[in-house]
Amino acid sequence: MRRALRAAALALAVACGGLALWSAAAGGRRAPSPPPPRATSATVAGLAERGRGLYATTCAICHGEDLRGVRGRGPSLIGAGAAAVDFYLATGRMPIEDPTDEPLRAEPQYGRRDIDALVAYVGSFGGPAIPRVDPAAGDVARGKESFTENCAGCHQVVGRGGIVTGALVPAVTDIPPRQLGEAVRVGPYLMPVFDEKRLPAAELDDVAAYLRYASDPDDRGGWGIGNIGPVPEGLVTWLIAGLALLGVVRLLGERAR
Amino acid sequence: MRAGWLAFVLGALRALVGGTAPPDARADEAHADPRRYDARPHPRAELAVAALLVLGGLLWLAFAVLIIVHADTQLLGIALAGGLACVGAALALASKRLVPQEVDVEHRDPVPPVVDAALTREVHSAGEGISRRRVLAGAAGVAGCGLVGALVAPLTALGPNLDGAPNRTPWRRGRHLVDTKGKRLRAADIAVGSFYNVLPEGDPRALEELGAPIVVVRVEPATLDLPPGRADWAPDGILAFSQICTHAGCAVSLFRYPVDEETSKPPALVCPCHYSTFDVRRAAKPVFGPAVRPLPQLPLAVDGDGFLVASGPLAGSVGPSWAGVRRAEDLR
Repeated sequence: MRRALRAAALALAVACGGLALWSAAAGGRRAPSPPPPRATSATVAGLAERGRGLYATTCAICHGEDLRGVRGRGPSLIGAGAAAVDFYLATGRMPIEDPTDEPLRAEPQYGRRDIDALVAYVGSFGGPAIPRVDPAAGDVARGKESFTENCAGCHQVVGRGGIVTGALVPAVTDIPPRQLGEAVRVGPYLMPVFDEKRLPAAELDDVAAYLRYASDPDDRGGWGIGNIGPVPEGLVTWLIAGLALLGVVRLLGERAR
Repeated sequence: MRAGWLAFVLGALRALVGGTAPPDARADEAHADPRRYDARPHPRAELAVAALLVLGGLLWLAFAVLIIVHADTQLLGIALAGGLACVGAALALASKRLVPQEVDVEHRDPVPPVVDAALTREVHSAGEGISRRRVLAGAAGVAGCGLVGALVAPLTALGPNLDGAPNRTPWRRGRHLVDTKGKRLRAADIAVGSFYNVLPEGDPRALEELGAPIVVVRVEPATLDLPPGRADWAPDGILAFSQICTHAGCAVSLFRYPVDEETSKPPALVCPCHYSTFDVRRAAKPVFGPAVRPLPQLPLAVDGDGFLVASGPLAGSVGPSWAGVRRAEDLR
C-alpha cells in the first residue's frame, strides 16, 4: 500500500515536471514568468529584481505568477503593499502550509534580506507603505481611549487577545511598533482596515504608546492575574477570601460536645 | 505551596464535617455535674491580647500616615487589613481565654408530678418532630403559593414594555452621521473593509438612548445581497446598522473583514457577549449564535457635500427581542 502510494506520488511528480518543461518550451504563455517590478530607483530595482526571483520560487504557487492570486489558495497581491508583505513575512505568518488555516505568528522563515527583497518587489505593485510608528511620540491616555473604541472589541482592553467567530484574535502586547502599524493599515486575515483617515498617524502613535504600557501595566490591585478581566479576578478573590474565612470560622467555633 | 493549600482545604473540610458530628456524651451528662467555673489567670494570653490590640492600632495609624505620605494601594490595603486582622484576633483570643467561662445550672423547685408528666410528654413529642398532618398541609401550602406565583408573574408581561424606550430612536430622514468625536462622516473617506462607531448629529442624549448608536461598515458594492426594496440603502457599499445586539442588548463591537474570503470567512459584525454573528452583506442577517433577528438597518444616502446622511428611520425594533418587538417586519 505504502509502496503503491509512493509510486503514484512519483508518477505525479514526473508528470508535473514534464508539464512544466512542456509549458516552458511552449513559450511560457500558460505560466508567465512574474512581471518585472515597476520601481524606478536603481538600488530598489536591484532589490526588487532579487525579490522577483524569490517570489517566483515560493509565493507564486498560491498568489499566482502574475500576483493576481489563485482562487481558493491565496489572494491577489496587487495593491497589497509593502506593509502587508513585511507584516506577514516578518511575523512568520507566511508562507503557510494550508491556505485555509488562520495565519498565526511563528518563527520567520526568511531572513531580513529576503524579506526586504520581497517587500520591494511586491510593494512596487502599489498599496500601503510600511508606516512609521513612534510610541514615544504618543500619549498613553489618548491611546487607551482610541484602543478601547477601535481595537478592544476583539483584542480585549489590555490587548491580551481573544476570539471572533472564525478566528483567534492574537494578543497585541509585546509586538514591535512597526508590525503594529502594518497590521492596523493592512487589516490581516479577518481584521478590518484602519487607513490614515480612519486612524491618523498621531493616533496610531498613541495606540502604540498605550500598548507599550499595557504589555506591563501598573497593577494597582497587586496581582494582575494575566490581565484577562474581572471574572478570573473575582474568582480568585472569592476562593482566597472564602478559604480564609472558613479557616477563621474553624478557629473561632467550638466543636459540639 | 500547593501541598500546603491542599492540606489547609482538607483540614477545613474535616473541621466542617467534624463540627457537625452528633453529640455522643448524653449518657454521661445525666450523672456529671455540669457546673464549671473557669477564671484562672492567663497572663500570657493577656499579654498577647494587649500586643495584638496595640499592633492593630499602630497599623491603622500607619494607614492614616500612609494615605497622606505615600498612597500606595498595596501598602494601604496591608495596613488596613492587617489592623483588622490583629484586632479581630485579639477579640477572639480574649473571648476564649480572658472572659471567665462559667457553666451554671439554675436552681428549680420540684415540679408537681402531674405537670411533670405533661411536660415530659410535650418534650418527647417535640423530639418526634412535627405531626404528619401538619407536614402535609404545609407542603401543600407551599405548592399552592408556587403555582399562584407562576401564574401571576407572567401577567406582568402584558403591562407597559419599558415604555417603548428601545424603539425611541433619534434617526430620521436627513439626520447626519457623526463619529464619536462629533465630526461628520464623508462617504469617500470610508475605506472598503473598515468600520466606524457612529452617533446621530446634534443629539445630546445620544449616548443614553439604545436607538442611537450605529455601526457603519463598507464592503465591495458588487457583493451586496440586500433584501428587495433596500437596493439604494447602501451607497457605494456603505452599510449602517443599529449597534445594539438583538439577542441580549450588548454593543456589537467586533467587525471581521477578510483579506481573502475564499480561504477564510465572509465579512460580519460579531457581538462580544455571545458571539452572535451578522452577515452585513445580507442586511445583518444572523448566521451564528443566539440572535434570531437581524440588526435593524439604517438607510443611508450621500448629501450634496459628500457627507453621509440617514434617508429614513431604522428598519426594525432596536435592542433585544424581550424588550418588545413591536413592528410587523421584525416578525417575518
